[in-house]
Amino acid sequence: MILLIDLCYRPHSLGEDEFVRPIADIVKRCGYQSEMCHFTEWESVAMDTVEAVILCGTPLRDTLFKERPECFTWITESPVPILGIGAGMQALVIAYGGNLEPNSEIGMTTIRGVSDADPIFCEKQWTAYELHRFSTVPENIFMILAESDACIQAIRHREHPIYGVLFHPEVRNIWVVERFLSTHVCHNIIPSSE
Amino acid sequence: MKLGVLFSGGKDSVYATYLAMQKEEVVCLISLISKNDESYMFHTPNIHLTSLQAEAIGLPLLEYSTSGIQDEELEDLKQALSLAVEQYGIEGIVTGALLSVYQAARIQKICDDLSLWCYNPLWHVDPDWYMQTLIDEGFEIIISGVFSAPFGETWLGRQIDTEALRLLRLYAAKYGITLTGEGGELETLVTDAPFFRKKIVVINAESHYANYNGRYLINAAEVIDK
Repeated sequence: MILLIDLCYRPHSLGEDEFVRPIADIVKRCGYQSEMCHFTEWESVAMDTVEAVILCGTPLRDTLFKERPECFTWITESPVPILGIGAGMQALVIAYGGNLEPNSEIGMTTIRGVSDADPIFCEKQWTAYELHRFSTVPENIFMILAESDACIQAIRHREHPIYGVLFHPEVRNIWVVERFLSTHVCHNIIPSSE
Repeated sequence: MKLGVLFSGGKDSVYATYLAMQKEEVVCLISLISKNDESYMFHTPNIHLTSLQAEAIGLPLLEYSTSGIQDEELEDLKQALSLAVEQYGIEGIVTGALLSVYQAARIQKICDDLSLWCYNPLWHVDPDWYMQTLIDEGFEIIISGVFSAPFGETWLGRQIDTEALRLLRLYAAKYGITLTGEGGELETLVTDAPFFRKKIVVINAESHYANYNGRYLINAAEVIDK
């Protein structure tokens, strides 16, 4: 089961429709089961059934999650792969001791891959939709996989399959989620008839 | 949170209103009345009927006129949202955007400038699920404009029911149209919905159609009890 974590300011907000549901649809189309959980309720999840975690994005003004670092302490001890998207990448970086800095970007941007060794980010260049008020300053435990003129756009933990993307792959780059799942979660796929 | 909905009267803004009313406090609808038929952002047939829809829903409507000229209409939208902040105390807006990055990004930037929240609850919704849900939940939607092949004149004023959706699915597979009309293939008008207190009845309408391009213009309509 893929755990989708909603980082919006309260459970079942309108932001869930916009930032979690599209990811759930991609996960479903890839043949995986998923469950949603609000970031404040992560302790209630039966983690032994979780094969990977996706931390989903939030609306531009929805930044409450970064005031609640105690809700993300589990990240550094996660036994399963993690993909953080938008606010999810910001939460990852904070959990590992990094910082955020003001950097507001809205709309399409060109992103350049800077590593050809990663199985997900092997393209040299692509365009993507970004919607953020902060960029990240990750600790050195993360390697940079991609960047735009304005900021770091994708990172990976140097030892574990923990990824962050600042842009929103659900808009034009669903391959990010597809490759994350196919590379790091390769079992318990739902038969296509379901 | 007090929200205003960018409201055209078509299925997407009406369904977005429905979703928003279930989760937040919707305090007004906001309609931009464009003078330009080719507006990138706001033109839709029968936009003048949003006042009847607002009455049917039971929400106040803020109407704001725009030239519909690219860039100028964005400034008009900013003025309209500022007015909604002043008159209704909105803290954010809701749109019915489905896929258009062009529209979504521009509205996000305006909201950011005005320190408003921006929600797009239908963003990248599964088209088939969405269209079926509209029918299943009892939304009464008519086609108010067609703008591409293979839509003939008979589609104008037609209700989107199970048979119409079957044909739309067929056209989507055969001609590559978007099922939701997001590609500009068609425009819609909602006359009734589960959350409407009253419904709209069309009294007089006329169709203008040529070469797969047509509009269903409603000259007279009224709000009646359900």
